[in-house]
Amino acid sequence: MKKTNIKNSPIKTPAKKLAVVTAPNTSLKNKTGSWRTHRPVFDHSLCIGCSLCSKICPEGCIVMAKQKKYGQKIKPVVDYDYCKGCGLCAKECPVKAIKMEKDYE
Amino acid sequence: MTKKIKNNKFLSPGHNACAGCGQLSAAQAVMRGLNKDVIIANATGCLEVTTTAYPQSSWGLPWIHSLFENAAAVASGILAALAQKGDTKTKVIVQAGDGGTYDIGLGLISGMWERGENILYVCYDTEAYSNTGIQASGATPYGASTTTTPDGNASVGSTQRKKDMLAIALAHGVNYAAQSTAGFPDDITAKVKAALAVDGPSYLQILAPCIPGWKINNDEAVLMGKLAVATGLYPLLEYRNGKLSASSITVASRKVAVSEYLKNQGRFRHLKNKEIKIIQKLADDNLKKYRL
Ligand SMILES: Cc1ncc(C[n+]2csc(CCOP(=O)(O)OP(=O)(O)O)c2C)c(N)n1
Ligand code: SF4
Ligand code: SF4
Repeated sequence: MKKTNIKNSPIKTPAKKLAVVTAPNTSLKNKTGSWRTHRPVFDHSLCIGCSLCSKICPEGCIVMAKQKKYGQKIKPVVDYDYCKGCGLCAKECPVKAIKMEKDYE
Repeated sequence: MTKKIKNNKFLSPGHNACAGCGQLSAAQAVMRGLNKDVIIANATGCLEVTTTAYPQSSWGLPWIHSLFENAAAVASGILAALAQKGDTKTKVIVQAGDGGTYDIGLGLISGMWERGENILYVCYDTEAYSNTGIQASGATPYGASTTTTPDGNASVGSTQRKKDMLAIALAHGVNYAAQSTAGFPDDITAKVKAALAVDGPSYLQILAPCIPGWKINNDEAVLMGKLAVATGLYPLLEYRNGKLSASSITVASRKVAVSEYLKNQGRFRHLKNKEIKIIQKLADDNLKKYRL
């Protein structure tokens, strides 16, 4: 991992005096997907597009996106870079379209 | 009804909250109720600590953290500065945990409400000081085992009852006071929007199940939020100008027994029938009080 130094740091205020982070959304550098032991796998044919999984994900890493294969209906797409594998989405899906599968060897 | 919802730019992934955290799940719902013209003052606590691991930040909105106890006063200052600049568009919001709200921040919150300032205060109620290892707060309910109220042969866990913070807000005459849980994301978003539409102080308290604090599984925060409502222990409430709005209780309580809620939480697992009956009475009293 690249080390943060004064030059590439997101800190734009005088860093020596004030520890202030001024660059927004910089936690995106922190790929929390490495925490995961199980991954959610979505069955788009079962999904009714209710968006609940996308709303409750604590990471905010499920996006509802139009799917060509399903006549432009919206279906969830996960950013596995950040999904911690908590299983909330799978537990709450009203039609059980999400399965948690082992994500390690 | 389905609507395309975008990945939340206001609260990005890459934060360090526990997998399945009910507080971060609820915070995503709060963010969906905002537009970009806001400034957030955040108290110390899990929401602040997990989203701002130096030198990173998950926030995509103007956001400031100062201390554990003073988020309300920081918000008051921001509001005064905006007024000085003639800015009436930008909304000021406080976010804090239950410790920061019920206990250490209470005096400054009271002052903010006394002055009738147009600030939305959002309390994420994990029912304990989560970030420092689950010490009991004024929001910890009867019977809960925490690190400062451990259960044991001679202890049922916390013997105190949960402070009625909503009543304290109402006693200050706040224009909008509401309660929700992480089990109802759309209710949270709707209440944030309703609170922001009100001119004057508003208070929104959200029950936010905490994985290590409640000793629940990673996938149970939303379920616990739903059960808290269904049992009557934490009803969805909304007061406008001190009056309980009829529309607030849209989720009819199914009168689920409190044991259904308690049994899956490690913090309550030691409870015997005697204590469960006491908690059932708290739920029954709520059902009567709010005519659910
Ligand atoms: C004056 C002061 N006392 C103690 C602390 C240590 N501290 C940091 S976070 C925290 C607990 C926060 O609890 P709560 O407000 O309930 O938020 P949660 O972590 O549960 O979201 C404490 C005690 C502090 N930062 N400042
Ligand atoms: S498993 Fe958890 S973190 Fe991963 S997408 Fe589902 S809700 Fe989000
Ligand atoms: S300790 Fe509790 S409130 Fe804090 S990040 Fe973990 S689950 Fe969330």
